[in-house]
Amino acid sequence: MGRAGTIARRTFLFGAVAISGGLAFGVWQVRKDAPNPLKPGPGDTALSAFVLIDASGVTLIAPRAEMGQGVQTTWAALLAEELDLDWHQVRVIHGPPAKAYYNSALVAEGLPGKGYDTSGFQHSLATALGGIGKLVDLQVTGGSTSMRDGFERMRVAGATAREMLKAAAAQRLALDITQLRCESGAVVARDGTRLPYADLAADAAGIAPQAVELRPQSEWRLLGKTMPRLDMLAKCTGTATFGIDIRLPGMRFASLRMNPAQGGAMRSFDASRAEALPGVDTIVDLGTGVAVIASDTWTALKAVNAIEIDWGPAPYPADTAAIFDAITQAFDAPANSTMRDDGNADTLPDGATPVDSVYTVPFLAHATMEPMNATARISAEGLELWCGNQAPLFVRRHCADTAGLDAEQVTLHTPFMGGGFGRRGEVDVAVLATRIAMALPGTAVQTVWSREEDMRHDFYRPGAIARMRGAVSDGNAVLFDAQVAAPNVTAQALTRWSGFAPPGPDKTTVDGLFNQPYGFPNYRVRGYIADLAVPVGFWRSVGASQNGFFHESFVDELAHAANADPLAFRLNLVRDVHAPSAGVLDAVRDMSGWTGQTPEGVGRGVALCHSFGTPVAQVIEVRQTGAGIRITDAWIACDVGTALDPGNIEAQMTGGLIYGLSAAVRGEITFDEGAAEQGNFPDYDALRMTSAPRVQVRILETSRFLGGVGEPGTPPAAPALANALFDLTGIRARTLPLVKHFAFAT
Amino acid sequence: MATRLTVNGTRHDLDLAGDMPLLWVLRDALGLTGTKYGCGVASCGACTVQIDGQAVRSCVTPLSSVQGAVTTIEALGTPDSPGALQQAWIDHQVAQCGYCQSGQIVQAAALLAEMPDPTDDQIDAAMAGNLCQCGTYPRIRAAIHAAALALGRS
Repeated sequence: MGRAGTIARRTFLFGAVAISGGLAFGVWQVRKDAPNPLKPGPGDTALSAFVLIDASGVTLIAPRAEMGQGVQTTWAALLAEELDLDWHQVRVIHGPPAKAYYNSALVAEGLPGKGYDTSGFQHSLATALGGIGKLVDLQVTGGSTSMRDGFERMRVAGATAREMLKAAAAQRLALDITQLRCESGAVVARDGTRLPYADLAADAAGIAPQAVELRPQSEWRLLGKTMPRLDMLAKCTGTATFGIDIRLPGMRFASLRMNPAQGGAMRSFDASRAEALPGVDTIVDLGTGVAVIASDTWTALKAVNAIEIDWGPAPYPADTAAIFDAITQAFDAPANSTMRDDGNADTLPDGATPVDSVYTVPFLAHATMEPMNATARISAEGLELWCGNQAPLFVRRHCADTAGLDAEQVTLHTPFMGGGFGRRGEVDVAVLATRIAMALPGTAVQTVWSREEDMRHDFYRPGAIARMRGAVSDGNAVLFDAQVAAPNVTAQALTRWSGFAPPGPDKTTVDGLFNQPYGFPNYRVRGYIADLAVPVGFWRSVGASQNGFFHESFVDELAHAANADPLAFRLNLVRDVHAPSAGVLDAVRDMSGWTGQTPEGVGRGVALCHSFGTPVAQVIEVRQTGAGIRITDAWIACDVGTALDPGNIEAQMTGGLIYGLSAAVRGEITFDEGAAEQGNFPDYDALRMTSAPRVQVRILETSRFLGGVGEPGTPPAAPALANALFDLTGIRARTLPLVKHFAFAT
Repeated sequence: MATRLTVNGTRHDLDLAGDMPLLWVLRDALGLTGTKYGCGVASCGACTVQIDGQAVRSCVTPLSSVQGAVTTIEALGTPDSPGALQQAWIDHQVAQCGYCQSGQIVQAAALLAEMPDPTDDQIDAAMAGNLCQCGTYPRIRAAIHAAALALGRS
């Protein structure tokens, strides 16, 4: 059996046996942070919370959700770099939920700073504050934070383990540690004696860890290079185990229907037709919905759809128009935040030409390719759960509460995720699967959401409205005054996670709008919170997903009002504020051969957004064809500071762009009688291979600090496309999706 | 209903409802989880398998309608011995979340069986029914060209 099989076996061993007993040892880094959750079995040694060694080699722990972004590969590379492992020796697993795996960068991402102007002091402060993550169980994959979080910590963990192994070898060989080096998973002495890590691990665990020095970038072997993804072989051979692929002895399959008017009551239901279907085990009354447990997923789906249910109304306005009325009304209340107020935005500068526009974006679903699902088994020992998720500690605690157990009685496995995009940061799926499995104690029950149930019970990217006010004078922007109203994603998500959301100004509502590296002399951004119970949540790039569109479409309007080239107009405003942002604009200008002129039948647009620590500029080209408008080409430039894995960054930038374009062209969730009207891909489609552009990516490395890559590719996509369509047609789209304004070729 | 079904060269005698889609027969009855559920309405392609070499959406193919031999991703190669398309996918580092890739590869295999050296447009047309939310389309296209080249050489 190949390596993939070995990994799968280890994963199972790790989950079932290795953490059930034995000894754990600490490293200074871990002792300082939180207890080591790894409790190795016989023959295993945990040198830290991130390095597990047994007779067969080294296993690295990458406790971040692998939902396609390649996080586990680069996380493992950070450890393996300092631990002197060859790439073919690297094995990686997700590991258990644990405080030791808190995300130190996510708290910093929530700080109200602008991001692009971070000083050394602010960076240190953010690093120090990151420790708060451990106190609030913040083992979360999100905010494009994994590399910012792990970049130093994981190299330190790798180096610490290496030095412990060398110290053990020094004792055994009676040599000074300076006469030893590490290579390919072994400590090597000058006379050629090789001691594999596996032979030294038990001794090394007893050695007090010392402070370590990290290797300079010039000595990196793995980082900075495109590494083959550790999950690639399994994902290309159908052998990768996603949550929906969990198969257990004697398991049963379930599906459910919750009130499509989300949060509404269930008045009554009649399951007699479902109960009569062969293969149906049990009907489970979930209070605001019903589930069926059956012999197979198909029977469960068929049976649950045969139940007649009388639903109560939603606790929010029933249709799209009324929901957007409520968002509009948010402007009548005092602003929740004024996160930017440079100069004087109250008055129109003398002699300036005003520009005013209103923009609206719709609610969006995540539509991960793998529908929501989770497998649960409740027994006398506790609860065992298999669920793709981005927040294991929250999932564990909520499921423990649901089952009336202590968190320690819940074993949570985090398999591969068929997409996340923010949806799998929610705990609803694991909690409902737990409740369903509680109806059949001792039996593993896999609950699968139908695509329709998945799409109609999402936590949507909120609809939002922006009132934009600006002015130009002598070819320059002299005023940029934005007001945006939307439901509060952060407050909803934090309340669902922890039952509490801190009051005060919300950064997410205005993220991507107040913190852009533009030198408008009068620059104000105010946020308004719409009090709506429509479920909203984190969606790839979050606030920047709508605010990038508002900002960069309106900057384009200002450029045209000023009779300026849109790219040169931006460069003028950005150049003196943030050199890396100017650098990515320069790069896409050069890559695309931007001249500011396009022939008849061709349109080009540009957009820039600084989000999650990374400035990204995109140029998009569209062409009028006989079959409709085609998006033919996209050029992307990003500045990530240090490119840890260029191939993966290119993939993330491309994927982020295409996800953003899909939403811009076709994405819209509308409501009727409280229910989302879209339920499946025929009415909530995305770009296909026929409609996706050719993409070129250039990665720059001039930023002072490491930037994220999973999300920053998304925000510029919609405005770059809308601006290209304006160039092509003269029509300025101020609402999305664009398919309502333009005839695209399919 | 007693049904005889051949999957990846192995014959199975099954006693399942005739209206059960082939997708769930493969996944829940036979444990072949490489074929994925995405939409249930033949609009995303994650469930693509071949029946006698033709790419079909197994999520809307009732068991009772299956006449020929079924081929799934598991028969196109293994982790120890990946097939030509799988190797091209690995060489081009195509997969991100990876959930749609079984369907993409099975669809591409049917394409290459019919057109050994497809153009970009032919690839796009053949693959348009296979959705990928991660946006791996450019690498999929490159991998299909590479596999076509490799298969042409061998």
